[in-house]
Amino acid sequence: MNNPSENNVDKMEDRRNFLKVGAMVAGATVAPGVLFYGVAHSRAPEEAASIGVRWGMLIDSAKCGDECDDCVTACNTENGLSGETGPQDTQYIRKLNIKDLRNGRVHSLPMLCQHCENPPCVDVCPTGASMKRADGIVLVDRHICIGCRYCMMACPYKARSFVHEPLTDQNPEVPRGKGCVESCTFCVQRVDRDEEPACVEACNANGHQAMLFGDLMDPESAISQALKTHASTEVRADLGLNTGVRYQGI
Amino acid sequence: MANEVCLNQESCKPEQFWGLLALGGLVVLGAMYAFFTLEHHGHVLTGMNNQIVWGLPHVFAVFLIVAASGVLNVASIGSVFGKKLYKARAPLSGMLALSMLAGGLAVLVLDLGRPDRLVVAMTYYNFKSIFAWNMIFYNGFFAIVGLYLITLMNRNLKAYSGTVGLIAFLWRIALTTATGSIFGFLVARVGYNSALMAPMFIIMSFAYGLASFLLVQSAMYKWNGLLLDERILSRMKNLLGVFIAASLYFTVVFHLTNLYFAKQWAFERFILLDGGVYTNVFWIGQILIGGVFPLLLLFSPGTRKSIGMILLASLLVIIGGLAQMFVTIVGGQAFPLVMFPGFVESSSFYDGVVHAYSPTIWEFLLGMGGVGIAFFLTVAAVRAFKFLPQDDFHSLESKDA
Amino acid sequence: MARLANWLRLAALGVATTIMVAAAFPAAAGVDLPKLEKGKGEKCVEDTQFMRKNHMDLLKHQRDETMRKGIRTTKHSLKKCVECHASEKTGSVAATKEDFCAACHSYASVKLDCWDCHATKPGAQQVKKSTSNSSRVTKSASSVSPLMASSISGGNQ
Repeated sequence: MNNPSENNVDKMEDRRNFLKVGAMVAGATVAPGVLFYGVAHSRAPEEAASIGVRWGMLIDSAKCGDECDDCVTACNTENGLSGETGPQDTQYIRKLNIKDLRNGRVHSLPMLCQHCENPPCVDVCPTGASMKRADGIVLVDRHICIGCRYCMMACPYKARSFVHEPLTDQNPEVPRGKGCVESCTFCVQRVDRDEEPACVEACNANGHQAMLFGDLMDPESAISQALKTHASTEVRADLGLNTGVRYQGI
Repeated sequence: MANEVCLNQESCKPEQFWGLLALGGLVVLGAMYAFFTLEHHGHVLTGMNNQIVWGLPHVFAVFLIVAASGVLNVASIGSVFGKKLYKARAPLSGMLALSMLAGGLAVLVLDLGRPDRLVVAMTYYNFKSIFAWNMIFYNGFFAIVGLYLITLMNRNLKAYSGTVGLIAFLWRIALTTATGSIFGFLVARVGYNSALMAPMFIIMSFAYGLASFLLVQSAMYKWNGLLLDERILSRMKNLLGVFIAASLYFTVVFHLTNLYFAKQWAFERFILLDGGVYTNVFWIGQILIGGVFPLLLLFSPGTRKSIGMILLASLLVIIGGLAQMFVTIVGGQAFPLVMFPGFVESSSFYDGVVHAYSPTIWEFLLGMGGVGIAFFLTVAAVRAFKFLPQDDFHSLESKDA
Repeated sequence: MARLANWLRLAALGVATTIMVAAAFPAAAGVDLPKLEKGKGEKCVEDTQFMRKNHMDLLKHQRDETMRKGIRTTKHSLKKCVECHASEKTGSVAATKEDFCAACHSYASVKLDCWDCHATKPGAQQVKKSTSNSSRVTKSASSVSPLMASSISGGNQ
C-alpha cells in the first residue's frame, strides 16, 4: 500500500526525531555530571550529599608508625568515645599490627570502617538503619536502629560496635546512645563542613602523613592521583566490596 | 473452678494443672526480671560484647524457632502426605509449633538493644535483608498455622485442612530456609558463609521438632491422665532416627567440604580440635549426645522397644540441638575474622585472638524465658482445647497407607 | 447478698471516677501547667502555638533530611534548639523536670527518646567553618577549627 518513496520520507522523519530525542537524552544525562564536577569541592549546608562525589581514604602503612596511635586518640576525642578498650567498649578506628608468618616482617596500620560500595552491613540490616549515603559514607541511622547487631555479624572488618551502657554528655555533633550500633562515619560532621576526618588531620599534624582523604570521583584530587600512580589494595579484596578505604604497603 | 477447664481429661487434677502453670509462670517471671534489668542498665551486664554479639539468648531463641517449624512437620505428614497416625496429632503439633515460636521470638525481641522499637521493626523493612524476611515469615506463620488449626478443629472447615496444611508446610520450609540463611548469607565469617546452612537447618528442624513433639506429647498425655498407645511412639521413633541420621550426614558434609579448602583449615582445627569449650560441645554435645547415642537408643535391639528409651533419645536430641546452636552461633563468632590471610593480627579490638564469652545469669534467664513461655502456653492450651486425641490404634493401623 | 455486692461495686466505681475527674479539674484550670524557661534570643524560629502542635513533625522530618541526605539547615536543627533552650541553671534541656523539654514532656507523660543519643547540653565551642573555599583535597594540612577537646567527657558513665 505504501509506495517506496513515501516509505523513505517516513524513515527520514523517524531518523530525525530519533536524533533529536537522542541528543536531548544524551545532553540531559551528561549535564548533571558536568554540574556535579563543578560543585564537588564545597557544599552548602542546605544541599544534600551528592551522588557525584565518593569519599575515600588512602592509607600508606609504610608511613604508619608502629607505636603511634594519634589517629585513634583524635577519633576518640572528636566523637566523644571513652577511649577504653574493654570487650564492650566502642572503637571506631584501631591500630592493627600484622606480622607476616613467612618472613617475620611486622607493620601496623589503622583499621576502620571501609565504607564499601557494596556494604554487607547495609544488606543485612532489617530496618534499613544501616545505610549508605549518596556520597558513599556508610552510616547507622540511629533513629531506626533496633539494636539487633546483625550488621556486626556481617562486617568483614569488625568495624561496628554496640553501645552497651547508657551514655551522657555526648558530643552534640555526634549523637550516640545505648542500644544502637555505631561505627566510623568518616567524621561526617566534619566532612559536611569541608574538613577532613579527625584521624587524617591528626596523622598529617604529627608528620607521618600516612592517611589521605578525598573524593575518589574527582580525577584531580590528591587521592585519585595517588591511586593512579601507586599500587594500592583493598583489605579482603576477594569479597568484591569495592571499599572506599585503600591501603598501600601491605 | 478448674472443672470448667477439664474438657478432655480422664481425671481432673487441678492442683497439678495450676502447679504446672505456676512453674511456667515463674520461669517467665525470671525472664521478665532479666529483661527489665538489661533494658535499664544496658547489655553491659551480659557476657555479650563487640566480639560475641549473639550469645546464649540467641542459642535458645534460634533453637526454639527451628524446633517450632519442625514440630509442624507432624501435622504436615498427616495433612500433606496423608498418614492417618500423624493426622490425628496435627492439632497438637500446630499448637505446639505456635507456642514454641512465640517463645523463641519473645527472647529475640527482648534481647534487642532497643526493644521499644519493635514497631519500627514492623514498619521499616529492608527487603534485601534476610532478617526482615524472617520477620515476615514468623508473623505469617502465626496467621497460617492459626488458620490451619481452625480448619483442623472446626467440623465445617475440615475440608480445607488439606490445602491450608500444604500452605503451612511450604511456608514453614521457607521460614526455616530463611532462618538458616541468616547465617548462610554472612560472607564475612568463615564459619557461616555457606549455602549448606539453609538445608542443614531444615533437616535439623525435622529432628528437633519431632523430638520435641514426642516429649511434649507424652508429658501432656500423662499430666492429663490420658493413655497414649505405646505403638504410636514405636512408629514415630523410626522417623526420628532417620532425621537424626540425616542431620549427622549434613554435619559431616559441611565439615568435610571445609576440610578440603586450605583457607578453612584454621576454622576446622578450631572447631574439631583445639577450640576448647567449642570443640567439647561439638563432639560431646552435638555429635555424641545429639546424634550417636539417640541412634543407638532408637535402633539397638535392647532399647528400641522401650518407651522410656525413646523418650530419653528425644531428650538427648534436644540437648544435642542446643549444643549445635551454641557451636554454630557462638563458635562461629569466637573464631577471629581473617582479614590478612597468612598474617598474625593483633590490636586493641581483639583481632587475631579467639573471642572470649562468659555468659551471665541474665542471658540464661532470658533464654529460659522462651522455654517458659512455650511451656506455659502449651499447658494452658492443652487444658482448654481437645488437642490430645484418643486413638483407636487398630483402625488407624488398618487404614494407614 | 448479691445485690449488696453489686451496690458496693457500683459505689466503688463512682468514688474512683469522682477522684479521677476531680484531679483533672485543677489541671484544666491551669494551676499545674509547666512553667517553661524563656529561651535565648528574641523569639523562636517558629511561633509558639505552631511549635506546640508541630515540633514533633518538624523533628521527624528534619532527622531524615539530615541523616539520610546530609542536609544541615540551621533553622530546624536540633542542635540549635538545644543552644537556645538550654536551662540557665542546669545548662541542659532535659536534666531535671524543670528544664525545657522535660517540663512539658513529664507533664504530658510522653517519654522522651531523643536524649538517649542526642546531647542535652550545647557544645562548648562553636566549630568555625573553613574560611578558604578551595577544595581540601589540594591542601596538605588542614588549618581549620581545633578539635572539640576540653568539655567532652563522653563515653561510658
